[in-house]
Amino acid sequence: MTSIDAGQDSAGRQAIAGSNATPDHSEGMGYLETLPRRVVTTYIPLILILIVLLFPFYWMALTAVKPDHQLIEMDKVSPFWTWEPTFKHIHKLLFESDYPRWLWNTMFIATCATFISLVASVLAAYAIVRLRFKGAVTVGALIFLAYLVPPSILFIPLATVIYKVGLFDTPLALILVYPTILIPFSTWLLMGYFKTIPYELEECALIDGATRAQILIKIILPLAVPGLISAFIFSFTLCWNEFIYALTFLSSTQNKTVPVAIVNEFVDGDIYRWGSLMAGALAGSLPLVILYAFFVEHYVSAMTGAVKE
Amino acid sequence: MANSAVEMPARLTQARSERTAWQKLKVSPNWLGFWYMVPAMGILILFLAYPLGLGVWLSFTDTKIGRDGVFVGLENYEWLAEDSVFWTSVFNTLLYTTVASAAKFVIGLYLALLLNKHLPFKAMIRALVLIPFIVPTVLSAIAFWWIYDAQFSIISWSLRQLGWIDHNINFLGDVWNARWSTIFANVWRGVPFIAITLLAGLQTVSPSLYEAATLDGATPWQRFRHITYPLLTPIIAVVMTFSVLFTFTDFQLIWALTRGGPVNATHLMATLSYQRAIIAGQLGEGAAISTAMIPFLLAAIGIAWYGLQTRKWQQGGSND
Repeated sequence: MTSIDAGQDSAGRQAIAGSNATPDHSEGMGYLETLPRRVVTTYIPLILILIVLLFPFYWMALTAVKPDHQLIEMDKVSPFWTWEPTFKHIHKLLFESDYPRWLWNTMFIATCATFISLVASVLAAYAIVRLRFKGAVTVGALIFLAYLVPPSILFIPLATVIYKVGLFDTPLALILVYPTILIPFSTWLLMGYFKTIPYELEECALIDGATRAQILIKIILPLAVPGLISAFIFSFTLCWNEFIYALTFLSSTQNKTVPVAIVNEFVDGDIYRWGSLMAGALAGSLPLVILYAFFVEHYVSAMTGAVKE
Repeated sequence: MANSAVEMPARLTQARSERTAWQKLKVSPNWLGFWYMVPAMGILILFLAYPLGLGVWLSFTDTKIGRDGVFVGLENYEWLAEDSVFWTSVFNTLLYTTVASAAKFVIGLYLALLLNKHLPFKAMIRALVLIPFIVPTVLSAIAFWWIYDAQFSIISWSLRQLGWIDHNINFLGDVWNARWSTIFANVWRGVPFIAITLLAGLQTVSPSLYEAATLDGATPWQRFRHITYPLLTPIIAVVMTFSVLFTFTDFQLIWALTRGGPVNATHLMATLSYQRAIIAGQLGEGAAISTAMIPFLLAAIGIAWYGLQTRKWQQGGSND
């Protein structure tokens, strides 16, 4: 991805591969640093950064279980902890709002869009990397360029298109539009995985009379499972995260996705709204964080894989 | 559908052996490649390339919601050129992008260097660092909204307890406070991505290079400047291009935190175009604001690409 031209070896990969050519098992020079020095130069800055990065989530979770009166009486009790947690806000969210419905919308849209994108990306990536049809390099570059077109400049014309074809305020609108964000990313990620699969496997299968489709399904896909998982969960997260299309294309409360619904439906003039707002934010984030906890390695390889390629 | 489309030309040219022609086509990489590309290209052309063109066209019309427009030439742009709110949004976008990207780069690189050291619980720390990136931006923005609350902000409270300030800070109510607050939230959201991708680059740098440099008497700064930085440049260029692009076109964070307020002080071009196009219904004018973003985006991509080419040239023929 460093170079638009997929055919040439990009500077990035060369530079990195160059230093990585021979496996190196040396331990580095960490042992030269004394402990007090390490505490000052490494641990303290690291802990400070971690606190800043994680504090908003702590605050979100704490506010969600704090009783209302503690939210504003900051001078009587320390605001950093609560001894009387309440599940009032979470209960209200789960049983008195449309939250389960929004969660279902989000999951449904994210799953469908991810599935469509994966099928399209697998085919496209395989064709670009292995079929080497005329113009494959150009097509690869075009797909990369598509990655750089941000939703913020597309939502206005897309809104008119969606409205004209009668998909306004339907989940189908988002299911069809989200792949434009996911396909470029997944295709590039999968291209990287497919490139690592040896040609010889395919040649053997071709000699044995397998068609391209059989090769793709029976040989390439099983070998690219880690890549598929990475692409799937990362795409799923991107769908869940997406805001501007969902905000523009959906209008009725019951059709909304979680992020849009929390922003629009929970914001009222009530001074005590923070409890339910934070409960909503927490409940909207938790499913993703749990998914993430199970697939950390895949997330990291998805992020770095698509960038390094 | 595939069969009929393929057999038609085959029958015309080679009536005698249409089966072999079909079989030839079936294994022809060009033809097969075309069919494999259809789903991806279909979606991208219909919902990405076409709207991109349509957006530019809309910016030359006076389309409103519920009413087709007519071509009005550059009227929308002339209108915008005299609109001080538009110029404020351009200023805000540039300020937001420059300051936030620079801060994200410095903090992200620093965090990556820290994480690249020998640490206990390294995997867990790395997993924790990424959480802000995983949680939907709007939802973490809401948490920031509460943290920045004018009356009950935890930051104001803590600073008051420490005795550093006398009265609450009006984070989102004051023009410059609001700008810095949104920039901070954006940096907070963006640092993990940059740190983790740069860390992946750092991990491929062989430690023996540092050992050799140390034996030659290189200082830590020299090791960073002459080993880490050159080897990392390509990844930095790619990551920062992405970061700049997504910061420049940011919408969610501002929309959830300030909706462009106070008095348009935090409107970015993206939020202003939403405001004008969807809320006020002036699709043409909104499209003109979006289209005005394109030259900036092209410039950012161009600079990154140019940087990579220069880098390639500096490193000489060994790259190709």
